Amino acid sequence: MKNNDYILQMKKISKEYYGNRVLKGIDLSVKAGEIHAILGENGAGKSTLMNILFGMTVIHETGGYEGEIVLDGETINIKSPVEALDFGIGMVHQEFMLIPGYSITENIKLNREITKENIVSKIFGDKLKTLNLKEMSKDARKALDTLEMDIDEWVKVAGMPIGYMQFVEIAREIDKKNIKVLVFDEPTAVLTESEADNLLKAMVKIKESGIAILFITHRLDEVMEVADNITILRDGELVATKKNNETNVMELAELMVGRKIEKVARSKEKQDTAETILSINNLKVMMPGEEVKGLSLEVKAGEIFGIGGLAGQGKIGIANGIMGLYPTSGEITIEGEKLKLNNPQDALKKNIAFVSEDRRGMGLLLDTSIEMNIVITSIQNKGTFIKKFGLFTQINNKEIKAHASNMIKELDIRCRSEKQVTRRLSGGNQQKVCIARALTLEPTILFVSEPTRGIDVGAKKLVLDTLVKLNKELGMTIIMTSSELAELRSVCDKIAIISEGKVEGILSPDASDVDFGLMMAGEYKKMHNKGDELQ
Amino acid sequence: MMERINEFYKNFGLPRLIIASFLILLCIAAAMVGLPLPALFSAVLVRFGMHGVLVLAMVPAIIAGIGLNFGLPLGILCGLLGGLISIELDLVGFNALATAILIAIPLAMLVGVAYGWLLNRVKGSEMMVATYVGFSAVSLMSIGWLLLPLYSPEIVWPIGRGIRTTIVLTGRYDKVLNNFLDFSIFGMHIPTGLLLFMLMICFLMWLFLRSSVGVAMKATGDNPRFATASGINVNKSRMIGTILSTVLGAVGIIVFSQSFGFIQLYQAPMFMGFGAVAAILIGGASVKKASITNVLIGTLLFQGMLVISLPVANKIMTLGSLAEISRIIISNGIILYALTQVSGGE
Repeated sequence: MKNNDYILQMKKISKEYYGNRVLKGIDLSVKAGEIHAILGENGAGKSTLMNILFGMTVIHETGGYEGEIVLDGETINIKSPVEALDFGIGMVHQEFMLIPGYSITENIKLNREITKENIVSKIFGDKLKTLNLKEMSKDARKALDTLEMDIDEWVKVAGMPIGYMQFVEIAREIDKKNIKVLVFDEPTAVLTESEADNLLKAMVKIKESGIAILFITHRLDEVMEVADNITILRDGELVATKKNNETNVMELAELMVGRKIEKVARSKEKQDTAETILSINNLKVMMPGEEVKGLSLEVKAGEIFGIGGLAGQGKIGIANGIMGLYPTSGEITIEGEKLKLNNPQDALKKNIAFVSEDRRGMGLLLDTSIEMNIVITSIQNKGTFIKKFGLFTQINNKEIKAHASNMIKELDIRCRSEKQVTRRLSGGNQQKVCIARALTLEPTILFVSEPTRGIDVGAKKLVLDTLVKLNKELGMTIIMTSSELAELRSVCDKIAIISEGKVEGILSPDASDVDFGLMMAGEYKKMHNKGDELQ
Repeated sequence: MMERINEFYKNFGLPRLIIASFLILLCIAAAMVGLPLPALFSAVLVRFGMHGVLVLAMVPAIIAGIGLNFGLPLGILCGLLGGLISIELDLVGFNALATAILIAIPLAMLVGVAYGWLLNRVKGSEMMVATYVGFSAVSLMSIGWLLLPLYSPEIVWPIGRGIRTTIVLTGRYDKVLNNFLDFSIFGMHIPTGLLLFMLMICFLMWLFLRSSVGVAMKATGDNPRFATASGINVNKSRMIGTILSTVLGAVGIIVFSQSFGFIQLYQAPMFMGFGAVAAILIGGASVKKASITNVLIGTLLFQGMLVISLPVANKIMTLGSLAEISRIIISNGIILYALTQVSGGE
């Protein structure tokens, strides 16, 4: 039992997905009774690391991992989540894994019920034992008391406030007797501020009882408040491991973001004189998982405007709301005219085009030809590519074909012919088809969401270059939403960072990593306000 | 060469190859047991023409994203009503047929609107709802046939109230389409008018699918979220698909009846949708994709198989209902197969 200071050690963990290295030799050591925070942007490798720790099937189906996991001095190989539980590794999920129709006790004790013998079970076996509800309630009560929750243990989970559900999840984990390591996966993401405070207090309590906590989050102030040690990941690499008292929010923010790509050469002076083409006032979009909560924003004509931020903060919801694809309220003005909300036709009529982040779900007709994919929106909204015979219409095959082959050439879409269906195209080529459709609409404002998600490096560059070219040559206003900050910084004139459904701040692409990091973590305004108060 | 064969094989599909081979086998068997092939082929052509429009009715429903229209009996009931009213008006020949169709179409459109409204409210489970809508409508109209104020002695029971179960069309519009420009060749009787009429409707459908509205409908069926983002009114497209399907069902049953020579009421339309569903599926359509080619191939294969297997089976085994049993097995089997493929997706 060497190293028995550490309850959990992960040594030189690496992982490849289809030749793509997502984790590069990560080391992580956690002591019992310690809160260890893991910080990183989306895609930094946090979830992959946790999936390895939990022996998730995705890991093993894709060829396993390299490295060693040592728990309590013993090297272990976790092959399934069930084994992870047996080893004493618990997890509080981001999405609640609770059964709404069951009571708190039943949820806490699910599949670990305390039972007693009865006549039937004596004959037919253990599966038919009676539940010992009294003992179960007692245990549940104890777990709830540890968390200082004064809710009754027999209450049904359905209809409880979200904060409570989170606590039930935690109660379930700490009720497990052998629990050694408990992982909190962005537990405060869905909680209100006071609920989050309670949760942090509870975490400290759990830690005091000798359980090690892995705390995954991107909220820097929470990290500073409770974590003893902090590990920062970026692009699958371990950037740094810091002790709490040796670091500060600014440094963490900088470490988290870092700089990855040099700027694409852009010789454009700032157009401060340009007029506002799009103004958004108090926009609210009910897009599940990407809710926008009262956002205001102005975009000038001829800009490439970037929208960044972490996943789930609402950046994706903005374009979807403006296009009328999710229930929206607020006020949107395009070139001085009010946009009708929740009305895709009106958005298209006002010359807005949208390249969706959900390429296969919303961006393409997968079983339809490339050419039809390119022209269909124009057919429906502009009445182009169509021959009219009085009341009747027929599509104009010649024009469609000519236009499609033109687009295919221009955007370098690799395909057999313009008649090929889009399903079997590669991600990059599918994205180009989506862009071709948007361009066919000849928009004045082009929304592009996650344009480079899931496409290879070469195609990525081509897509970004195309956007810059469109902006330069046609003066098209481009509003690009992306999770990849580096990509935004390489092409955009301005970047708005979205946090909790609102604009945290607008930065120039040359702004410091610290500022970007603080904004992404939603700390920028808070720090700013503090500064104001001091003055 | 191999490539071409492969391409053809891919496009045509294994199930169709099997069925086509089976059909050829049946023909050989028929010749061997001494059945008159020309007569059989004539019968196949007639059945092909009379079922064609009903099968075509599946196309707009599938393309608009409603899936297989098991509620086809709704349209069929409208068509039957049109057919009865034209007799009530004491019309004969082409006039009678045209009047029947012209009365049936607006009726079917009205019913289609209501049906489409319902289907837009049960997105995701259209096919199950449609099946029961069909069953309920047929049962409801079984009462309706008793109460309708129609008085032509050809239609109503001689004694008592209500309309007969089977109405003979002889002297009205029996086979007016079949006999239009018909001729015989190699001992085969070609029902020119019937085939022309069916092909004309298929052609109109083909044109419609290439119109702006048709393209929107296709997009809706392929990917409703895409359609919404492209400024297409999804509910409207589905509504148009439903109405078209219902109207084609109405026209289809009139064509069917004039060829059959009888109008069948009460429980008869109950399972008529299933035959049409089976035919288009055999033709290579799926719950999400269908084309005019699927209609033509499917109707020919399905009806061909039924027409030829019946006498062959009777010759080989003198079991009275063997062909009927095989029809039920094949049509329900192919529907079952198609439904298992629904959520297969990608």
